[in-house]
Amino acid sequence: MGRAYNWLLPHPLLTLILTIVWMFLQNEISAGMIVFGFILGIIIPWSTSIWWPDTPKGFRPGKMISYSMIVIWDIIVANIEVAWIVLTVPTSKLKPAWIVVPLKLREPEAITMLAGTITLTPGTVSADLSDQGHSLLVHVLHTNDPDAVRDEILTRYEARLLEIFS
Amino acid sequence: MTAQIIGTYIVSLSLVIGSGFVLVGVIGLLKFNDPMTRLHAPTKVGTIGIGMLLLGSIIHSFDIGEPSTHELLIMGFLFVTAPISANFIAKVNIHRRACDTPPKPAKDDTWSTLNVADPDRETSS
Repeated sequence: MGRAYNWLLPHPLLTLILTIVWMFLQNEISAGMIVFGFILGIIIPWSTSIWWPDTPKGFRPGKMISYSMIVIWDIIVANIEVAWIVLTVPTSKLKPAWIVVPLKLREPEAITMLAGTITLTPGTVSADLSDQGHSLLVHVLHTNDPDAVRDEILTRYEARLLEIFS
Repeated sequence: MTAQIIGTYIVSLSLVIGSGFVLVGVIGLLKFNDPMTRLHAPTKVGTIGIGMLLLGSIIHSFDIGEPSTHELLIMGFLFVTAPISANFIAKVNIHRRACDTPPKPAKDDTWSTLNVADPDRETSS
């Protein structure tokens, strides 16, 4: 049973996401569309499984939801902050900075998610990863204290992602 | 005031807020003079600007009685792809030395973008 399940659904979360995306594309909820979306959700991961070497282990969807809420709130606040900086701070007074974030995360999915979150939130863009993947390079638009920004990334986002992917 | 009129007001408000944020993004793009700081304004301000325009579209579709939630999908794809394009522009800037040289990484030897053989390196001059 377990093996049949693994063969049919190598990535259960991907199946679920594809089904939901199909429902949104159709813009209606009917039994036929749910079944068809589910069939697509099985066929697509199965036929592309050679590009999905392994499923991330120990993923906690519940904590993911609260993390998403925090990120969405931060995006709204960040947008207002960046808009304020763009409109009020003259270019000559701008203090951009590079910061280096040492990573405890090891899973590629988790690092991708952290980098995406950093880009979408307060005046920071994730620019590069070190060659062995142990540090993340982040560019800050305007800050007086680069270390505080780094500590906030570590405590606010990385600590939560460590819990989600554990 | 019927619900429809209130809906119209909310739609107009979100369109105004959305286009305001897009305008700020454009101002940022024109105002800053360094490729890395320029990158900030469109990537962040653009997401909520377009998000508010799409929210207006959703509310309008419910308002006229033809519910549509396609827009959520656009928002989802936008939030997934915006960081990728920002990351690639940043990588190109580092690769072409169009910005300050970044500090050394804390744990490894070098950044992956800088980790290329010399003949493969494209300079900005």
